[in-house]
Amino acid sequence: MKRVQDFRVKHYRRLNSDNYILTLSSDSDVEIVKPGNFAEIKIPDTPDVFLRRPISILDVDHNANTISFYIKAVGKGTRKLGTLAINSVVNIVYPLGNSFTINKQKNVLLVGGGSGIAPFILLANKLKNENTAITFLIGARSKGDVFLTDEFSKYGNVLITTEDGSFGEKGLVTQHSVFTDSFNFDHIYTCGPDPMMKAVAKIANKKYINCEASLENMMACGIGACLCCVTPTIAGNKCVCTEGPVFNTKELKW
Amino acid sequence: MVNLEVNIAGIILKNPVTTASGTFGFGEEFADFIDISKLGAIFVKGITLHNREGNDYPRMAETASGMLNAVGLQNKGIDYFINTIYPSIKNLGTEIIPNINGSVVEEYIEVAEKLNDVDGINALELNISCPNVKEGGMAFGVNCPAAIAVTSAVREVFHKPIIVKLSPNVTDITEIAKVVEGAGADAVSLVNTFLGMAIDANTKKPILSTVTGGLSGPAIKPIALRMVWQVYNAVKIPVVGIGGIMNATDAIEFMLAGATAIQVGTANFIDPQVSVKIIEGIEDYCQKNGISNASDLVGGLIL
Repeated sequence: MKRVQDFRVKHYRRLNSDNYILTLSSDSDVEIVKPGNFAEIKIPDTPDVFLRRPISILDVDHNANTISFYIKAVGKGTRKLGTLAINSVVNIVYPLGNSFTINKQKNVLLVGGGSGIAPFILLANKLKNENTAITFLIGARSKGDVFLTDEFSKYGNVLITTEDGSFGEKGLVTQHSVFTDSFNFDHIYTCGPDPMMKAVAKIANKKYINCEASLENMMACGIGACLCCVTPTIAGNKCVCTEGPVFNTKELKW
Repeated sequence: MVNLEVNIAGIILKNPVTTASGTFGFGEEFADFIDISKLGAIFVKGITLHNREGNDYPRMAETASGMLNAVGLQNKGIDYFINTIYPSIKNLGTEIIPNINGSVVEEYIEVAEKLNDVDGINALELNISCPNVKEGGMAFGVNCPAAIAVTSAVREVFHKPIIVKLSPNVTDITEIAKVVEGAGADAVSLVNTFLGMAIDANTKKPILSTVTGGLSGPAIKPIALRMVWQVYNAVKIPVVGIGGIMNATDAIEFMLAGATAIQVGTANFIDPQVSVKIIEGIEDYCQKNGISNASDLVGGLIL
């Protein structure tokens, strides 16, 4: 069930100057979270950040009552979230949105770029329980922007591309050698910048592979009330917050 | 015990706190967070005669103490509302007040006629102030002849209370309020959003796909409060106050300025439980101040 809950800042893990993992803890139980779900986080003590910030949920720990987020500081809100004192109260509305389809796939590819890698831990965890073979393909500008590969490698093979060639193969994710005629994935999940996801969807479409993308549109409410975050689909405009963020790419007007 | 009941044109609301059209969906979106039956009323998402896809994304821009929206009345049309949505929300335990829109007077008439026959719908909100549609919408709310035409046309076919939602994008809002009162409105609600815009200095482009949009949130509260007070002093029908209400104190200020009831709008996006907190806050205020009827607050401004 969706709820509004106060958490406290438990821990920061700094990945570099702009990227961090924020772990929040609560005195009460943490809701069940599905891969792809997000939370609307109220930025504390920041009157000039009016709306909550929709952030993908990285992981939850039901024993420790914690929830964590991978956050890239891009604006006032996400910067402020990275500078809170330990134990400060953070109010979140969660779990929101739909989730990735997990349906006994044999061999899947997870393609992520930027903060789009956030839902992949929960997703990989679920897929592993289904004995699905997982390959991660992570794209970044350069070596210093590649995160969480140690975590991903616990679940499957990790492939990297960087635009400057400083780590993994040089180029964009869609230029990676995994996309050769011989590849045999039965499902592709993608999350990251729109142009990347569109390019991945195009390849999936050509190969008749099911492809799901998680979108990151700007949101106000996060619960399907304001209709601000819509994306055009073959069935008309749909709310990314409630009818997404995960869409089968065949539905999207890309 | 504080009696929180208020009377809007013969409809008794259990308390003055209602939710603004376009900010609360059809109510069910909030059912996980609050007991919907505690609300005075829900003004549901704006409805038109036919399905509307609304405007292109981006439809929203965050601003200082507020936000711009340009949703453009996305909805599935009146028949879908009556046949599919209303049956699932009619038993939420609160007044459901549809907000109706049109690009021409005939559309308003057709929508109002259909709603007139729906059991349990006790009033409608006639929206003549949507700033985000190319045709109709706000055009009906910014000049007197158009406001009279649409109000009197709907008056003829809808035999229950009509609450006309006014646009603040006018020189003198009391003029529009007075003419819609004369044309048969049973109440007025104000204000809808202020026409505004946002620009991305880096790209030199507007943020909204429609260039302009409607500003809401606490940024507009002082202007809305002033307009409510002016209209309260200009008409005899009840006023429903809207504009940046974030907490019970804001709501009480609107009531003191003359609002019989209030609508909570943008605040629902920040805190999905805020509407119920406002009800509790009004009750607390009344208790602490020895006010036995919340309706005694209405127009209680001391000059």
